[in-house]
Amino acid sequence: MHTDLINLKDVGRAYAPPRKDMHPVEPSAEMNQQTVWMLAVRDGRDRAAFGALFDFFGPRLKGFIMRSGTNGAQAEDIVQDVMLTVWRKAHLFDPHRAQVSAWIYQIARNRQIDVIRKERRPVPEELKLPETDEIDASQILAVEQDAAQLKAALAKLTPDQRAIIEQAYLGELTHQEISAQSGLPLGTVKSRIRLGLERLRHDLKGLREQ
Amino acid sequence: MTAINHHTSDALLAAYASGNLAQPFALVVAVHVSMCIECRAALLAHQTVGGAVMEAGAQAACSGGLKASILDRLDDEPAPEITYARSSIFPSPVMAALKGKPPRWKSLGMGVRQSILSADDTGSVRLLYIPAGRAMPDHSHSGMELTLVLQGSFSDETGRFGVGDVEVAFDDLEHTPTANVGPACICLAAADAPLRFTSLIPRMLQPIFRI
Ligand SMILES: [Zn+2]
Repeated sequence: MHTDLINLKDVGRAYAPPRKDMHPVEPSAEMNQQTVWMLAVRDGRDRAAFGALFDFFGPRLKGFIMRSGTNGAQAEDIVQDVMLTVWRKAHLFDPHRAQVSAWIYQIARNRQIDVIRKERRPVPEELKLPETDEIDASQILAVEQDAAQLKAALAKLTPDQRAIIEQAYLGELTHQEISAQSGLPLGTVKSRIRLGLERLRHDLKGLREQ
Repeated sequence: MTAINHHTSDALLAAYASGNLAQPFALVVAVHVSMCIECRAALLAHQTVGGAVMEAGAQAACSGGLKASILDRLDDEPAPEITYARSSIFPSPVMAALKGKPPRWKSLGMGVRQSILSADDTGSVRLLYIPAGRAMPDHSHSGMELTLVLQGSFSDETGRFGVGDVEVAFDDLEHTPTANVGPACICLAAADAPLRFTSLIPRMLQPIFRI
């Protein structure tokens, strides 16, 4: 699957040089803006890029958090915690596996649950990133294309279906209620699983070969 | 790595991603995802949907000072975070639930032991230690029960469960999980209500030709 590696050395180099202990991914003109900002934060500790991420995600995060019943002031506290986590844990962001919004979504849900329930949510073991400089731009773009297709599919849902999806991912439906929703287009989700799985297998293989 | 044959469901993963899964079940899902790359990939997919919903949803303007206040804090030393590494058969989320200490086993008789990790009105989660050939103590569960194998294996009327496998059982399932020959079966078991053992006599002593 990794046949057409794009050489990114020739495209945009608009951000600070990466730290030595990171494995930089050069931004591509084709990558979406949030990915480029996030990589600049991860590899270059770029504050301007972080500010741009805040400008984009801040109001979305606040709106999202308030929809599940949290008041404005507490929502802003959570936005602050989430964005600081994005800065501090940037090294865990891997664009080969997930979109920026997917990564931030999980950070936000975890933080909101921790605040509401005053308990630490159990989280899976981190899967180590392979110690390799291999940059697979085709994979990053595939992850983004996937997410774009998903967004397009969500936009085409009937208002009822979309409301159910929103409720489910806002944490308003129990697992019983989700499984009872036969109309949920989980097939759209499933189509994404194969790509992610291939990448994880690839990463694990890389880890074993070290 | 042995193949995992019994997985969590999409509904459980979606509820886990969205945070709407009680702590005991969330722990089992987090442990299974730690051990199963298929469900890790599935969780990534659910997170992508969540991210898309968040991106497309209604926005709320942040107050003027918020951005500056966050930027001011970028160099702050974050509060130290306690992390728990995997220890032998226990993936890190189990070690976190154990607060880094070894399990405190309590005997249930017949060589069967348990170590309760948490139990309250949202449910309970425990480690169970079942010697080869022994059955899980007879228990009643209302609602759902998730049982994940960390060592050894067990079998019941629905199949065989090895390391990493998770059995999703509802209260309509009459089952008698019995540890297979080999190392003792150690599992992580979560239930909706505090799991009540109705008898200390393992079911293997009862005729089990019923489903
Ligand atoms: Zn699985």
